[in-house]
Amino acid sequence: MSIDTSTAARVAKLARIKVEEDALPALAAEFNTILGFIEQLNEVDVDGVEPMTSVTPQRLTRREDVVTDGDVQGKVLANAPDAREGFFAVPKVVE
Amino acid sequence: MTDLNTLTLADARDALRAGETTSKELTEACLKAIDGAGALNAFVHHTPEIALERAAEADKRIAAGDAPDMCGLPIGIKDLFCTEGVPSQAGSRILEGFLPQYESTITAQLKSAGAVMLGKLNMDEFAMGSSNETSVYGNAVNPWRRGNDDAQLTPGGSSGGSAAAVAADLCLAATGTDTGGSIRQPAAFTGIVGIKPTYGRCSRWGVVAFASSLDQAGPMTKTVRDSAIMLGAMCGHDPKDSTSANLPVPDFEAALTGDIRGKKIGIPREYRMDGMPEDIEKLWDDGAAMLRDAGAEIVDISLPHTKYALPAYYVIAPAEASSNLARYDGVRFGHRAKLEQGDGITEMYEKTRAEGFGAEVQRRVMVGTYVLSAGFYDAYYNRARRVRTLIKKDFEDVFAQGVDAILTPATPSAAFGLGEMTDADPVQMYLNDVFTVTVNMAGLPGIAVPTGVDKQGLPLGLQLIGRPWEEADLLSSAYALEQAAGFVAKPVKWW
Repeated sequence: MSIDTSTAARVAKLARIKVEEDALPALAAEFNTILGFIEQLNEVDVDGVEPMTSVTPQRLTRREDVVTDGDVQGKVLANAPDAREGFFAVPKVVE
Repeated sequence: MTDLNTLTLADARDALRAGETTSKELTEACLKAIDGAGALNAFVHHTPEIALERAAEADKRIAAGDAPDMCGLPIGIKDLFCTEGVPSQAGSRILEGFLPQYESTITAQLKSAGAVMLGKLNMDEFAMGSSNETSVYGNAVNPWRRGNDDAQLTPGGSSGGSAAAVAADLCLAATGTDTGGSIRQPAAFTGIVGIKPTYGRCSRWGVVAFASSLDQAGPMTKTVRDSAIMLGAMCGHDPKDSTSANLPVPDFEAALTGDIRGKKIGIPREYRMDGMPEDIEKLWDDGAAMLRDAGAEIVDISLPHTKYALPAYYVIAPAEASSNLARYDGVRFGHRAKLEQGDGITEMYEKTRAEGFGAEVQRRVMVGTYVLSAGFYDAYYNRARRVRTLIKKDFEDVFAQGVDAILTPATPSAAFGLGEMTDADPVQMYLNDVFTVTVNMAGLPGIAVPTGVDKQGLPLGLQLIGRPWEEADLLSSAYALEQAAGFVAKPVKWW
């Protein structure tokens, strides 16, 4: 499986990272090196093997479905690049 | 008394309790050492006021006679840990200016135990790297040099600042984190001890996430005893981390008997790689001989899927990273790109992430995006998770045969020069973790112990891998290895 520049551009778009047109060939080449390394996994017989979901046999713990935290609007917004009137502000989303 | 910053945690603790010194004096000695070590670029955010304030509180507690082991001991904190009101950037531009409004569970535990935070330590961006060369702060530098050659060497990564700081006696110990080897490889490169505990031992809450199913924090220290002391203060159940284990924390230091008579130590044949440097091979053979002389039984074992751990890791870790790092979108915290007239929210995301993430982070996020994308999820991600199941089973099988611990080299080479790998393809750099990454994939505890030097005088380390949750036993075996190896070399001060 070889990645071309249009696939590289599609992946960059999916990842929401702006990559300039002239940087795409080098990026595609790096992807191919890494994916070439990963290809080795095809040698392994994984028939009937379950994909690992948790490395320790423990089940995720549950707790009561009640509010345990909150009422800290100031702290939540403290690091926002743009916060106004108690909200995060972003460029217009809907026309 | 020797320079206070060169003390071990154990010796400093004992000196504090005996009234021979104070936390204030220890802290001032470390702050002075840090001020004189700018060339190492290990500490990237300095917190001397916090340090002196905590030292004063610690001295009161010690005087009152109710001081825990870590009380009054000055340490460094990897930049990956969120520390309230103190910059916590994960070595990334995208978190420039971020001031956490909360404290990570581990640093909160260390704080309540009385430990003194000196500042934040350099690291590879988002812990993605093996040489500390992907950091927004620039390279951390290894205090060790090749004889009289003044070429700068890497302290390893991603916990490179932690390793350099401990090796250079800028702090008595430091926190690190390990996703594929990021505690053990830098520990080996700098002649110190570093342990990655069993997955679930240390809370991940408040530690900036890289690959959540692999990430574990641990201590980086001058001795095995110090690792036992500090690990005890770091681990424990945390309801805020759903993967945190609800198990009692043993007294690791009390378990350090160093008595390994009758223990079965496995030597995995698949770790004997083609082209392994002679120095590493000899180090490994010598280590096995030391453990045999101490009464252990050395057995050959096989971990057949070893070869596939690194390629499986380079599917799983980027996949989890692409998901975890989706939160850096320029909305809630960190960097937001300047926008042009007419730019919408998609341009904001794309420009913010292009400006905020470095090249290696971008590469891994995109590889992760690709292996998770429609049509490739089964072929890459699910296959890698199946291989991971087999890697873990390899270890379960040898433990079921009665093996107590496994001895391997920690790294495939000694520290390399900064910039030496610039032109290599990314996979060459990834090979640094070939001996350590299996342990993360299987969720096991692993410890790097310095046991020798190479022909150029650089430190080399061995790794011991233990059974899950048996850090106490693992530390005791590591203590036996440390005693037998008698590694006492220190870097010659040039900075």
